[in-house]
Amino acid sequence: MREITLSQAVNEALAEEMRRDPTVFILGEDVAEAGTPFKVLSGLVEEFGTTRVIDTPISEPGFVGMAVGAAMTGARPVVDLMFGDFIYLVMDQLCNQAAKQHYMSGGKLTVPMVLRTNLGATRRSAAQHSQSLQALVAHIPGLKVALPSSAYEAKGLMKTAIRDNNPVVIFEDKLMYQDKAPVPEEEYLIPFGVANVKREGRDITLIATSSMVQVAEKAAVILAQEGIEAEVIDPRTIVPLDEKTLLDSVRKTSRAIVIDEGHQSYGVTAEIASRLNEKAFYHLDAPVLRMGAMDVPVPFSPALEDLTVPTPEAVAENARKLCSGELIHAA
Amino acid sequence: MAKPKTNTEDYLRMYRQMVRIRTFEDNANQLYLSAKMPGLTHMYSGEEAVAVGICEALTDDDRITSTHRGHGHCVAKGAEFKAMFCELLGKAEGYCRGKGGSMHIADQSHGNLGANAIVGGSMGIATGSALRAKLQGKDDVTVCFFGDGATAQGLWYEVMNMAALWNLPVIYACENNGYSEYTKTEEIAAGSIMARAEAFGIESHQVDGQDVLAVNELTQKLVARARKGEGPFFMELMTYRYHGHHVGDINREYYRSKDEEKDWKENRDPIIRFRAFLVSEGIASEEEIEAMNAEIEKDAAEAVAYAEKAPYPPAEEVDMHVYAD
Ligand SMILES: Cc1ncc(C[n+]2csc(CCOP(=O)(O)OP(=O)(O)O)c2C)c(N)n1
Ligand SMILES: [Mg+2]
Repeated sequence: MREITLSQAVNEALAEEMRRDPTVFILGEDVAEAGTPFKVLSGLVEEFGTTRVIDTPISEPGFVGMAVGAAMTGARPVVDLMFGDFIYLVMDQLCNQAAKQHYMSGGKLTVPMVLRTNLGATRRSAAQHSQSLQALVAHIPGLKVALPSSAYEAKGLMKTAIRDNNPVVIFEDKLMYQDKAPVPEEEYLIPFGVANVKREGRDITLIATSSMVQVAEKAAVILAQEGIEAEVIDPRTIVPLDEKTLLDSVRKTSRAIVIDEGHQSYGVTAEIASRLNEKAFYHLDAPVLRMGAMDVPVPFSPALEDLTVPTPEAVAENARKLCSGELIHAA
Repeated sequence: MAKPKTNTEDYLRMYRQMVRIRTFEDNANQLYLSAKMPGLTHMYSGEEAVAVGICEALTDDDRITSTHRGHGHCVAKGAEFKAMFCELLGKAEGYCRGKGGSMHIADQSHGNLGANAIVGGSMGIATGSALRAKLQGKDDVTVCFFGDGATAQGLWYEVMNMAALWNLPVIYACENNGYSEYTKTEEIAAGSIMARAEAFGIESHQVDGQDVLAVNELTQKLVARARKGEGPFFMELMTYRYHGHHVGDINREYYRSKDEEKDWKENRDPIIRFRAFLVSEGIASEEEIEAMNAEIEKDAAEAVAYAEKAPYPPAEEVDMHVYAD
């Protein structure tokens, strides 16, 4: 199969959906000629023109609000939010407006929009350009949240997001834009709420999202050398969440670590861990561990920043402890 | 050039500060190009007269808020090279102990409340600082620096309204360098930017941001009036950034022509213009100016060398400063 970058995969998904559905359009800062700072959208304005690939001023609440309105009245906007950290600026439009229209109208209004943005630290971009804020939006009923972990997922999930009749937030890992993965030429969609078992194993389940899937896979390689067989699962969407696949795995392995790049406290890892505790308690041989980003603003200095995110070594170390029984009575 | 003043020392300091900014940026760019600087940074080169003209009209008690393009503001408000380069390299002796980096560089000892990586993110902070001055009966003034692109942020209109209602001692200084990232200002700003401030009853001025004396004279007047409770004010400073949006923005002809860049650099450079003025007015000789330039270059080179060798913060600092004691 051919290999393309995550950036190309997103670009292809958007181009295909824009060809298929004339109501799909893109709205955001420097999306047209510049094709975004990450160059993900390069070439789209040439094909679709400036009426469908629209450059906006730096007015995030304004253009996200406009996307909500356009979506409520018959369009399918894809909003480009240059950095995930700017989600804070658009929270009202996203959480009070987009997320609630369908419910408040008794099911009469829909908001079929996509907000595509990014996450991820270790780019030396400091505290306001490095956050992974998926937990914030996952907390709000009415929003769906997708976290692609490779080019393959990025394309399939984006196409599904655009066709979904709900507001969907997609976070891409900005360090992965140039990473290649096999992506079929033929059209495909990845349904929401279907996890992907990336690697099978009997001893421990590593549930990882987005950027952390690679970390978990590397940890699994380390562990395999020591005779510990880790199963690696990528939920792909955290809302909706494929509980069944996660629970089936944990019932088999009896141990789990949940890894996500958002802050650990009150985060995605906490939610998934507590669902496993609630629904697989009698199958567990050890407490489910959470591994998120350290609960600090992301520091600029490389010497500090690298300490704040889970690494394959740290995941392997925790897995070892869980498997040896060391953490059964963890303090 | 605006009318000369009598104080030659002020003039020489303004020249010196502009050259210090340009030299700082040249070194920072070099650090990026030689892969010694983590991350990206936004160069202030070309806009020196704005930061210097304004900050030379302020005291250390006066505050500024800065932007992602903030090295110029930081130098102009009195910061030292060593601690600045250390910050850019993420070292423990940096102004923010390496935690902030280029986009969050701050220097409280001279009233710089910090750079901000959120466009327009400091508009509330600056106006709040002015509110505090008024509530506490202090006569300090806060200058809020931001770009033309930032005028698209709704926050500005909210805080301008309150600043005008309450006569707050804040000066909104819009550095209009013609571009917001890779987009021309006229494509992102409808109508007139000045008229937006005027709509709130805020006295507004447009000034040549490449003329340090013009900027300085206007700022002195506005600061004096703001201290007496006649604020807020708005200044639109017409200027130009020489580099790309950030140091990695190298191939930029798709949005900005080389001829345009050349014209600004050769015909409107704030440092070249002011140097010619200093010489023609007999304030400094060519030799004195060359000596000053050389000294600044040496300072910068030493500071860079120092910062390169300086230690990173120790690991235990990673979760320090999340909460104040
Ligand atoms: C809220 C927000 N939106 C977008 C960005 C990305 N961004 C960084 S600088 C910039 C352009 C700013 O233009 P302007 O205000 O004119 O300042 P200049 O870079 O020209 O100095 C943009 C869009 C950001 N940092 N913050
Ligand atoms: Mg600008």
